[in-house]
Amino acid sequence: MTLVRVQNVSFGYSADRRILDDVSLDIAVGDTIGLVGESGSGKTTLLRLLLGLARPDSGTISFDGQKLDPSNRAFMRDFRRQAQVVYQDPYSSLDPRQTIFSIIAEPLRSLKIGGDHAKLVGDALEAVGLDRDVAARYPHQFSGGQRQRIAIARAIVPGPRLLLADEAVSALDLTTRTRIVDLLSRLSQDMSLLFVSHDIGVVAALCRRIVILEKGRIVEAGDTRQVLAQPQHPYTQRLLASVPRLSLTQEPS
Amino acid sequence: MTPAAITAAPDHCRPSLILWAGIVLVGLHVLVGLLSLVWLPYDPTAMAGGRLEGPSLLHWIGTDRLGRDLLTHLMIGSRIALIVGLGAVAIGAALGVTLGLLAAFASKWLDDALAATLDILIAFPTLLIAMLVVAASDTANLWSAIIALGIALSAIVARLTRILAKRVLVMDYITAARTSGSSWPKIVAIHILPNIWPTLSVNFALQFGLAVIAEASLSYLGLGAPPPNASWGRILQEAQGTVYTAPLGAIAPGLALVSLAIGVNLLADGLRDTIDPTRRAR
Repeated sequence: MTLVRVQNVSFGYSADRRILDDVSLDIAVGDTIGLVGESGSGKTTLLRLLLGLARPDSGTISFDGQKLDPSNRAFMRDFRRQAQVVYQDPYSSLDPRQTIFSIIAEPLRSLKIGGDHAKLVGDALEAVGLDRDVAARYPHQFSGGQRQRIAIARAIVPGPRLLLADEAVSALDLTTRTRIVDLLSRLSQDMSLLFVSHDIGVVAALCRRIVILEKGRIVEAGDTRQVLAQPQHPYTQRLLASVPRLSLTQEPS
Repeated sequence: MTPAAITAAPDHCRPSLILWAGIVLVGLHVLVGLLSLVWLPYDPTAMAGGRLEGPSLLHWIGTDRLGRDLLTHLMIGSRIALIVGLGAVAIGAALGVTLGLLAAFASKWLDDALAATLDILIAFPTLLIAMLVVAASDTANLWSAIIALGIALSAIVARLTRILAKRVLVMDYITAARTSGSSWPKIVAIHILPNIWPTLSVNFALQFGLAVIAEASLSYLGLGAPPPNASWGRILQEAQGTVYTAPLGAIAPGLALVSLAIGVNLLADGLRDTIDPTRRAR
């Protein structure tokens, strides 16, 4: 069953600067998709369109069979509850003046989700591997990895069906990155995941499917293992060739 | 002592010390200002002693050239300075923050137009704008001076608010708030204002000092509060001719002015450090 359908979407900030060009993409329920491309390839723009923060110049995006229309308030409220996002920079994605509780409870308040907010926030904190009692603290009291867990807790608290991660592990050190990837992998069993990254290694570990984006166009898409084992497009081949490899037999030159 | 302990100690003591100094200085002026409403040593309009008397038990800081008690006038001055400072900053903040937020959210050309207008306004000295507003309101009194100063200060507040709000608007937590379903008014109230407030409040304290000094200047030019509600500026002006024979008439209102301006700044600094969660220890 298709959860998100992107059909022939184009977007540009001006007529001569196309950011996205005729992009089509389906995200099935329970799917994990890695969206890979270099900086400036249009990954983040596609994410903004998927979140309804901008409108495509042409083409349509639909969620659960309904057209994504930012001016339809009733639809958007329901949509926001079902599609949440984790950002790249854990230092800029948490308001420094709010307690962890306020930060995580914001979607609950804004989307008018009922229930015991203290319990829901506590559950979300536990789901990302943090103690319930950190809710009274402030973001500056946490490390980058912990902040990213808090950001993930905020994203999962309304119970979304789609989680979008925008370079969510790129700003973290290697060991923290592995732990956050493990966490996302665990969470993706309950929801669809679109993982935007320039890091093919992380995508290979996390995503069943991979979509390669170059200069606003999808150049290759398919099963992650298949694409990485036999890349068809020259751009994918170049991307793969540029992945640094751990070599212990050779001295660094 | 480890190096960490040496650097940590002043950080721990500083906010409370600054805050207390501010509370004492401002509190003193507030007390004197309130006291002046119910009790004054002498009738401010009557001759209370000889002309230009020095300090004595009867007249603690002497008398002016008409024989009026200086302390009485300084006490009234405290009240007026507080009213002017609070009033002007309140008007300047309300106008300035609203304009600044509008500019931050406006389309590019409207933002450019507002920014250019503010820059032009700021290019004129505060006092000059205030004089123009007072002149346009045809009666010079305390309230016209307060409104004039508030309008003059609002340009500076607006420009600062615009820059600060724009800096916050690009943060990921604003986008996160949008994708969490928060409306723009809510985002302004919950995320933008609390994050620009520490810088704004320090600026308001500076503006308070500026407003008090500017009102003194307006009074000095005869455009401020009319007698008998003498502000410190008017006392200074009247003492000008006798500054060599009776220097206390000029020194006393000057000291009062400086102590209030410093007090307000210390108070704002102290409050910011106490309230700001990111300045507290981990």
